[in-house]
Amino acid sequence: MDQRLRDLSLRTEAIVDRVEDLQSPDPIAARLRDLGFVAGEVVQVVATGPIGGDPLVVLVGYTRFALRRAEAARVFVRAAA
Amino acid sequence: MSAAVLNVALVGNPNCGKTALFNRLTGSRQKVANYAGVTVERKAGDIRTASGRLMRLLDLPGAYSLSATSPDEAITRDVCLGRMAGEQRPDLLVCVADATNLRLHLRFVLEVRALGLPMILALNMCDAAARRGIVIDRAKLEAALGVPVVETVAVRADGVGTLLSQIDGALPPPPSKRPAGDLHAEVRRLIADAVSMPRRTAVIDDALDRWALHPVFGLAILSVVMFLIFQAVFTWAAPLQDGIDTLINGSADWLRTVLPDNTLRSLLVEGVLVGTGSVIVFLPQILLLFLFILILEESGYLPRAAFLLDRLMVGAGLTGRSFIPLLSSFACAVPGIMAARTIQDPRDRLATILVAPLMTCSARLPVYALLIGAFIPQQTVAGIFNLQGLVLFALYVAGIVSALAVAYTMKLIRRDTIEHALLLELPSYRVPHVQDVLIGLWERASIFLKRVGGIILTLTVLLWFLSTYPVAPVGFAGPAIDYSFAGRIGHAMEAVFAPIGFNWQICIALVPGLAAREVAVSSLATVYALSAAADDAAGQLLPLIAAQWSLATALSLIVWYVFAPQCVSTLAVIRRETGSWKIVAIAAGYLFALAYGASFITFRIASALS
Repeated sequence: MDQRLRDLSLRTEAIVDRVEDLQSPDPIAARLRDLGFVAGEVVQVVATGPIGGDPLVVLVGYTRFALRRAEAARVFVRAAA
Repeated sequence: MSAAVLNVALVGNPNCGKTALFNRLTGSRQKVANYAGVTVERKAGDIRTASGRLMRLLDLPGAYSLSATSPDEAITRDVCLGRMAGEQRPDLLVCVADATNLRLHLRFVLEVRALGLPMILALNMCDAAARRGIVIDRAKLEAALGVPVVETVAVRADGVGTLLSQIDGALPPPPSKRPAGDLHAEVRRLIADAVSMPRRTAVIDDALDRWALHPVFGLAILSVVMFLIFQAVFTWAAPLQDGIDTLINGSADWLRTVLPDNTLRSLLVEGVLVGTGSVIVFLPQILLLFLFILILEESGYLPRAAFLLDRLMVGAGLTGRSFIPLLSSFACAVPGIMAARTIQDPRDRLATILVAPLMTCSARLPVYALLIGAFIPQQTVAGIFNLQGLVLFALYVAGIVSALAVAYTMKLIRRDTIEHALLLELPSYRVPHVQDVLIGLWERASIFLKRVGGIILTLTVLLWFLSTYPVAPVGFAGPAIDYSFAGRIGHAMEAVFAPIGFNWQICIALVPGLAAREVAVSSLATVYALSAAADDAAGQLLPLIAAQWSLATALSLIVWYVFAPQCVSTLAVIRRETGSWKIVAIAAGYLFALAYGASFITFRIASALS
């Protein structure tokens, strides 16, 4: 099932499917790919910000990144096998 | 190959421990400057290797990728490619990777390897990796990468020996240029072959983050941390500042007794000594502030704070990263504006710099203390609050609210719909290393003194000249300053400032107050012809202005100080950090307009009500 990383519930593992460009070129999407948001990578939202649940803290690979929801909307995930 | 000097550059992801490694390699022999034309810090150091070769080590800014998205990353890219004017292309790259974070860092290593320059991979923080049960097959990694791999522990003095001897040996052959395939797939292969990792993250990080990033406890912890910093900066620094003050007043008194009463003495005492003093007196506060920020930075807490506050800051057109620059500005806008360098996005950085002067800096406190003491009655409000304290608190809040409002207005004016990313790494928590903190403290303190010291000293001497010359003729009625240039400027200014209730005495005091805000207090004392002993200027002044000024004038002056751009050091630092006079003009212009407008409204309303 196709889901955005933005909408993933807290502490649920999922697998990255793809990162979509919102415009072209999309430097933010390119950077997300550089940071390891690539197909097959396991991701998990480990914390959400105190106001409006924004930004998210996402664990990808061995690293935690704080991403705003708008940034995380580019990342599509599927359920972990 | 260059003849005598070996140019070595350290490259690596942010948070790979590169700067700690640089500190260990160069010790205190480092030079910090800027790259030409940009405000990206350039750190370099010369070392003599065991074989007697001179090595010029460059610590390049941390980068996630050579496809740069910030000025820092562009520098790293350009130096590595040999495209940076005035910078030699490195003979050897030392690529630093955190052994506990190889999934991210190896990708950049592969990107750097594709440049085809001779390189060494330093697997840093091997001690932390070992503690977490991470096993890396160094030989296998070396064979697979085709570049020498050495293990380093940047926080230990003996942790760089292997790296140094590797650098000192013959240059490794440049890695063969191979077609850049899917770097991520290659990293996965490398890790599957050479790395065994029991757990993706450190147990301690997960445990700490459960609290530090919690929506409620996280904010509570952040408030405690901020409170402690404030407490330290304003309370612990006070005895040191009093000590410095006493020392300077003592030397001034001593100079007055040993030197004959002439122009030279006046220049030395009233100009140079008082000028230097007004800088040094802030040093304890600023050093403490830097110390706390460095510890927070080194420990990995700062990005967490930025995460917690990001939403709030974005709403106002700033970013979570603006937090530290703005917090620093409560002590002094100068280090605050300098700290804005940590914001990589140029637009967010500029917005932060422009609102930083609105944070209530400690130099405003003596002025507030005088005016509140003279005009706000000591009375209890709602049973527990002290009215004077409430007013002071309101002034702090006014600064913060207006900063957010100004940032928000700028966001509206910009009408810039381009999305600016947060994409902030939350690194592993680390115990700050004493030597790294001390080196950082020394660097920042010396930059601060260089930036501010010269300006304030020059200005104080200039203002001394303006308030001393021309000398009043014998028999001149009124204070001597009234006859001087400063006095004449003050009288001329009165026309402009009369609508907001300032009398000519205030106008005159505003002139020397340009050097540093708190100087206005002693200047007022001079204007009112009080004895020049600065120690008790405020004490003598208080009843005098309470009797002579209207409440409306006092309130207007207080409000003026919330906004007014009257701190030349701040403006000079804005010029330094942005490289643009236009930005300085915008900052000074909007602050002046705000100050004048707000004071005007305050004065009119207060006059109408009284």
